Amino acid sequence: MSEDTSTSPRQPRFERRRFYVRGVVQGVGFRPFVYRLAQELELSGWVRNDGGGVEIEVQGTAGNLSALAARLRGEAPPLARIDTLESELREFDPADHGFTITASRGGEITTAISHDAAVCPDCLREMFDPSNRRWRYPFINCTHCGPRYTLTHGLPYDRVNTSMAAFALCPDCAHEYASPRDRRFHAEPNACPECGPRLGLLEGFGITVATRDPVAETLLRLLCGEIVAVKGVGGFHLMCDARNPEAVGRLRERKSRENKPFALMVANLESARHWARLSSTDEQLLAAPERPVVLCDKRPSVDQELWGVAPALAAVGLMLPYTPLHYLLFHDYAGRPPGTEWLRRPLDLALVCTSANPGGEPLVTGNREATRRLMGIADAYLIHDRDIVVRCDDSVVRSLPAVRAGDDGVQFIRRSRGYTPRALRLTEKGPAVLAFGGLLKNALCLTRGDEAFLSQHIGDLESASACQALDEIAEHLQRILALSPEAVAHDLHPDFPSTRAAEALAERLGVPAFAVQHHHAHVAAVEAEHHHRGPVLGLALDGVGLGTDGQAWGGELLRVDGARFERLGHLAPLPLPGADKAAREPWRMAAAVLHRLGRGEEIAARFHEEQAAWRLAELIAAGTRCPPTTSLGRWFDAAAGLLGVCRRMGYEGEAAMRLETLAAEFGPVLPLHGRWRIAQGGSDGGTLDLLPLLAELADEPDAARGAALFHATLAAALEAWTLRAADLSGVRTVALSGGCFLNRLLSRDLSRRLASRGLTVLEARQVPPNDGGLALGQAHVARHLLTEGI
Amino acid sequence: MNHGAGGRATAQLVSELFARAFDNPWLAQGDDGAVLPAPEPGERLVMATDGHVVSPLFFPGGDIGSLAVHGTVNDLAVMGARPLYLSASFILEEGYPLADLKRIVDAMAEASRSVGVPVVTGDTKVVEQGKGDGVFIATTGVGALPPGRAPGGASARPGDVVLVSGSMGDHGMAILAVREALAFDSEIRSDSAPLACLVETLYAAVPADAIRVLRDPTRGGLATTLNEIARQSGAGMLIDEAAIPVHPQVEAACELLGLDPLYLANEGKLIVVCAPEHAEAALAAMRAHPRGRDAARIGTVIADDHHFVQLRTALGGMRMLDWLSGEPLPRIC
Ligand SMILES: [Fe+3]
Ligand SMILES: [Mg+2]
Ligand SMILES: [Zn+2]
Ligand SMILES: [Zn+2]
Repeated sequence: MSEDTSTSPRQPRFERRRFYVRGVVQGVGFRPFVYRLAQELELSGWVRNDGGGVEIEVQGTAGNLSALAARLRGEAPPLARIDTLESELREFDPADHGFTITASRGGEITTAISHDAAVCPDCLREMFDPSNRRWRYPFINCTHCGPRYTLTHGLPYDRVNTSMAAFALCPDCAHEYASPRDRRFHAEPNACPECGPRLGLLEGFGITVATRDPVAETLLRLLCGEIVAVKGVGGFHLMCDARNPEAVGRLRERKSRENKPFALMVANLESARHWARLSSTDEQLLAAPERPVVLCDKRPSVDQELWGVAPALAAVGLMLPYTPLHYLLFHDYAGRPPGTEWLRRPLDLALVCTSANPGGEPLVTGNREATRRLMGIADAYLIHDRDIVVRCDDSVVRSLPAVRAGDDGVQFIRRSRGYTPRALRLTEKGPAVLAFGGLLKNALCLTRGDEAFLSQHIGDLESASACQALDEIAEHLQRILALSPEAVAHDLHPDFPSTRAAEALAERLGVPAFAVQHHHAHVAAVEAEHHHRGPVLGLALDGVGLGTDGQAWGGELLRVDGARFERLGHLAPLPLPGADKAAREPWRMAAAVLHRLGRGEEIAARFHEEQAAWRLAELIAAGTRCPPTTSLGRWFDAAAGLLGVCRRMGYEGEAAMRLETLAAEFGPVLPLHGRWRIAQGGSDGGTLDLLPLLAELADEPDAARGAALFHATLAAALEAWTLRAADLSGVRTVALSGGCFLNRLLSRDLSRRLASRGLTVLEARQVPPNDGGLALGQAHVARHLLTEGI
Repeated sequence: MNHGAGGRATAQLVSELFARAFDNPWLAQGDDGAVLPAPEPGERLVMATDGHVVSPLFFPGGDIGSLAVHGTVNDLAVMGARPLYLSASFILEEGYPLADLKRIVDAMAEASRSVGVPVVTGDTKVVEQGKGDGVFIATTGVGALPPGRAPGGASARPGDVVLVSGSMGDHGMAILAVREALAFDSEIRSDSAPLACLVETLYAAVPADAIRVLRDPTRGGLATTLNEIARQSGAGMLIDEAAIPVHPQVEAACELLGLDPLYLANEGKLIVVCAPEHAEAALAAMRAHPRGRDAARIGTVIADDHHFVQLRTALGGMRMLDWLSGEPLPRIC
């Protein structure tokens, strides 16, 4: 298939062509768009969806056919993404007049599924127009907006394959659906108050609240301090009035979530500016149709006016409304003004908006499930009768100050709703691999050709329901991509449920299963998204991943080359007193450091609040239940423990996050040179020991200054260590990965330092640097293993 | 001690030390084996064997000698059998103090006498210094299975109730405390004890077919055993953490060491999976028995294709009580 572009200079030449459009082209208003173009360009023929995307067969002047090709790419609808556009000549049919949209055709399914998008400006205009038939209708949508992925059972993307199949279109909606010029032409979730889903409000044990206006009633209850579970796009949220400390406190108590930060939903950017200092990137992210939670720089107003929402942290998670229902709550609060003017005025309502995932289990999606699983947490439930087919948590992102050109300065902390299931482009085509990720923040990855589909966030695989969700999503991914993997990949850890699920699937399918070392996978994920070929230095810094020697790695300097890696160096090991328990109690790590400093006798006095302090000192001295770890995360914990910043963690990463917050508040400091050691080890990268730095912190009375010194000196030490390895190995590209790179101070400082030394720095951008991106790296390594035949 | 190569010294050792301690008519015959009476009519024979390698050999609440008796007797008991006879095979290391050996053998004889299961035949080998770890003891037991009893790991059904006979983790923590020289405010003692009498009490209290599964949660502890039962039975389990008895000292030691008592070994505890309508009677019978005073109902068997054992935590959350493929490895990233 190639484009023949020769045209006759005098007579317009007529020809007929078949176009094949691949990418995200179904369910995004692509066919009406083609219809309009065909009308304008006086082309006759047809357009249809097929399993592979969209097919267009048109005839007209050769010039207009070329114009069509250009405009298909240049003017595609907002949610469309064209990956390939190919065409071939067909025989001209003089009898063909007019242009039609013909029925979908089955066939091999390779089209991309489109993601969920926030309600669009056109729909907002309609829903706030009192004369519109969809005035305040909570399920308004069009081909440019609304839920898709979370509604869809399978492909092709047709109403029958969505949870809208239960709602028969009324004549008005059917007319819109069938009119090629309408914004709702083939808008599969099209609906109106006549024919579409409806709201309901439940309380207590699922008893229906007799109200004609569930939205107004919900707002009233929120303003009275109740906690309401609100059905969203990929699951329920728990909401309460963030300005009501009593309500926030009750939510914390009921969710057993002592001080983990809550995200806030506010009406618009104008309102968001009251709570945070927003960069232009922040504003773009907040207003993007994906509507992620954006971690923004908190203003003092948050701690002054919203007590207990994001304690002891510099950032606050903000999110703008994304479903029409969210907008209705704010519209009610604004007094139901007609028009959309109010959307640009600040509103002081801030709602705590947290995933309804009791006890860290998967998000609640069903109505009956909500009243069962949220019993005792929610006071009421704002529900509707459109089923959520696919569970999908909110995404979390953050802008980063750019350190070099070409860096778009956005980092994923969780890649889920709005981004799933968009494909990440890989360097080349390869075998289909399903990778199962790690234990915490689990997400899967299935590759198809040169695309990698990272699943939505599945969560921590510590409950049976999370493990079931893993199985379901693995199956769903294979179904919607119509693909059975040729191999599976998993972590090296034998006891992760993800490892077991991978092994079980491999056995069932009779395909190989590859165990990929944790930090190798971290580095490979970054390589994959940057299309890097050839050897790379990998600096993988995180909590813990199982090493090839059975030890707990986590501060690793690797040389990675496709399927192979070599451990060039690592951080000096610290004992983990009480193994995994030490990962939750920074004081234990501080005690471990004191012991290494020869100051073990201080442990009992320094941590006298801990009953077990003197016993722990004995354990460490005897080396009992103290497996070594090279984890950087634990060095962070030790620093936080020594500085008295955090003794026990209420949520994962708390100590490091609070340390970062303090360091940011204190401001930049010069690193303490010479407060680290790199043990020489032949041609390898050597062991980096931070003990001298920690000795400094042990006697630092100012926690904030200590935190700043720790960050600055750590970055300098990592720079020196990495440079040494780069010089010894001759590899000048370094990939930074692992959960520690969520620390903005560290990642900005280090990446600036390395870049200024002439190294090419690759960072996680399309996927989170933490374990949420692990599956991409596992899949990448497994594809290398398959093709390199090792 | 130097009694190698089956020489006269060994023979003398056997006759003097073992025969005297275990003294019974079968052993006194001095033949190569024991001729035993047939079981009661309708009963079938059950045989079980266990090798005992424990470090340290002496620990609070027991030693390798009593453990070697209890281990095999309990294997028979959880098969539903009445234990009848034991054999014992000793592997001794050259140079091991005779006084200590005598303590072990005496404890073993005492254990065997108190459960009424004589050691009817035995063997002793001595290995060179450095090729053993003091004393290894392998015991084999024979028991009689009364008709109608058929407890098996595959018999748990959804709706059945899970009972335990007492506190979890005592043996594992007692061993660890000695091995790592950990001193606690009050000594943690192993629960090493025979279960045969408790099992008979149970069968006297409820119909035999109400007892679906009997297990002693030894190595890998309660968590591992429940997972084995779940997988064998093709079902899941829902366990209530707050209902599982754990001694406060064991709890505190686990807290310090970062261990989970549900993965620690027990040597005198019974897991019973029981038909729901007889669960109360079974529980009452166990509680009336001295070895089952702390018996508790800890959960139920549920239908679950994944065969997950789920724990409702004290905080109200749910967590997987997973099985481990080996030693617990650090996993928190
Ligand atoms: Fe990691
Ligand atoms: Mg055994
Ligand atoms: Zn729209
Ligand atoms: Zn309608």
